[in-house]
Amino acid sequence: MTATDAPATEAPAIEAGHHQRIVDGLRGSLGDAVLDVVLERGDLWVRVDRSAWHGAFEAGKRKLGLTFFSFLSGIDWTPAPGLSGERTFKGEDADEGDEPVEEATEVRTGLAGGDTRFQVFARLFDVRRHVGVTLKADLDDADPSIDTVTDLFRGADWHERETWEMFGFTFDGHPGLRHLYLPAEFEGHPLRKDFPLLSREVKPWPGLVNVEQIPPHLDPKNQPAAEAPPSEAPASDAPAADAAPPAEGGTE
Amino acid sequence: MPDWKKAAYVAAQAADARVNVELEAEGMTLNIGPQHPATHGTLRIVCRLDGEQVVWADPVPGYMHRGYEKLCEVRNYPQINTLVNRIDWLGSFCNEVPFILAAEQLMEVEAPERAQWIRTIFFELGRQANLILFLGDVGTQLGAITPVFLAFRDREHVLNMIEAATGGRFHPNFDRIGGLKDDLPKGWLDETVSAMKRVEDFCDEVEDLMIGGTIFQQRTRGVGVIPAEVGLEYGLTGANIRASGIDWDLRRDSESPLAWKSADFKVVTHPDGDSFARCWVRLQEVRESARIVRQLCEGLPAGPIMAKVPKIIKVPAGEAYVETENPLGVMGYYLVSQGGLGPFRLKIRTPSFNNIAIAPWVLRGVYVPDVITILASLYFILGDIDR
Repeated sequence: MTATDAPATEAPAIEAGHHQRIVDGLRGSLGDAVLDVVLERGDLWVRVDRSAWHGAFEAGKRKLGLTFFSFLSGIDWTPAPGLSGERTFKGEDADEGDEPVEEATEVRTGLAGGDTRFQVFARLFDVRRHVGVTLKADLDDADPSIDTVTDLFRGADWHERETWEMFGFTFDGHPGLRHLYLPAEFEGHPLRKDFPLLSREVKPWPGLVNVEQIPPHLDPKNQPAAEAPPSEAPASDAPAADAAPPAEGGTE
Repeated sequence: MPDWKKAAYVAAQAADARVNVELEAEGMTLNIGPQHPATHGTLRIVCRLDGEQVVWADPVPGYMHRGYEKLCEVRNYPQINTLVNRIDWLGSFCNEVPFILAAEQLMEVEAPERAQWIRTIFFELGRQANLILFLGDVGTQLGAITPVFLAFRDREHVLNMIEAATGGRFHPNFDRIGGLKDDLPKGWLDETVSAMKRVEDFCDEVEDLMIGGTIFQQRTRGVGVIPAEVGLEYGLTGANIRASGIDWDLRRDSESPLAWKSADFKVVTHPDGDSFARCWVRLQEVRESARIVRQLCEGLPAGPIMAKVPKIIKVPAGEAYVETENPLGVMGYYLVSQGGLGPFRLKIRTPSFNNIAIAPWVLRGVYVPDVITILASLYFILGDIDR
């Protein structure tokens, strides 16, 4: 799970043959630019240096048979205190002794590690051997830019446009980075963690405010026990039945 | 398609281009959508025309963007289940499954066998509901009005079965982390098996009436050809890539915990890669899907439908990517959890996004009426593009 500085010396225990072949192929093409390799639950993650991002796709497509481009996106590892209505949320059926989720303060990156706030990740697949790999690369915090892969996988075009508008990553060499979903005059990068979600600023957690307080006179806890005997039911029905016809007549 | 046919198509297009050059036909920009019946919602396509031919086409999505990836970061797991139902609204249950599987993978929970079988049944019912409507709708795009009525009529049989068990016709919200909300009602399995007969009858009817017909074939054969390697580059999935001859179906080819391994079905492919192949593959997929449901209904194991899970769902820190073969193609959820009540990041890989990203490539050089058939045969759902 942690980034290793010398990955070539301590090879992770990769057992599945096809995964090993991909790791060997990437190491052979990129050398030390392969920063970390993780095999977990039968799936492969490879983190490469951002200078080797394009090379990893090229090696994958041309040498390793990873011809299917699945997706490309980004991630912002900033801890997100602003959107954490969940941290104050304790549902009615919370378990006993269920402690609130601790406030995350430091950056915790996921599989295959990471050193920076922003990461870009993409997935390639081999449709003949049915094996896939998730590639990751760290981006510079101040200038998140990376090479485009649209020259290798034309389908990356829209994915890079989406990532550009949602995270503000620039893809060098992309034929036209313009907005995909958002209007052209939109400002900001919505999927960054510091972009406020307005509805959550107004209501921290909808689960909290949607629980309406029961008025005290209707709360079953406040009712005296053994109320509402059967004799009272017709008595309460009768006035309602009487009241209905005049009301109707009045409206007519 | 034989080489001479491909060559003839190219030659015909080149001849038209020459005529246009000679006539110095002035280009015009044609805007299709966002409100157009062929766009299944609000996809806008800007086409630059030269005479009757499209010089370039640029789809403009985003009229229905709902920001699911952002919303998922501020919701807990049961709430997201409701949310993702609305991605592909014709086969809603299929949207829930990969998300639940991703969460289960990180929690190291496995649903009981019966739950997995019932999930598979609903998954296939969702596929049928989705693709039956496609088969009706593609007729409408070609000017055939009857198939869409047959589709709406016979889709009811499938929707009724989904409603009978889950209470929801379109958005079942029936899948839970660790299993299912409820068991099946009494008599449901027999009813479903007989509904499958209706579905198969519909397939025959549509094949006789439309797919096998001359007009349909003339409008779709050799139109919008996508070679396999281009399709893979663009990330085409589902029937679109199988119609280009790639024999790849995650139901058969992945280690899914769902019960497809227990059913005997064919993965249908077609070598042509044209609009006709895409429609034909989908038609066969409905038939195979009906076969799967029938087999699973007959062999459904007994047992519990819910594994033991905590009342408040917290997913341990980690990352998982789970994809399934949805009606529209491969749908995947890349789930990043940091141990909270909701995901830290959820990347939703939807099939239609990639399937329609190829439109600029495939629409170049086609005639205007073919734009509609090609888009219809690529088959997208707006919620699935825009998320």
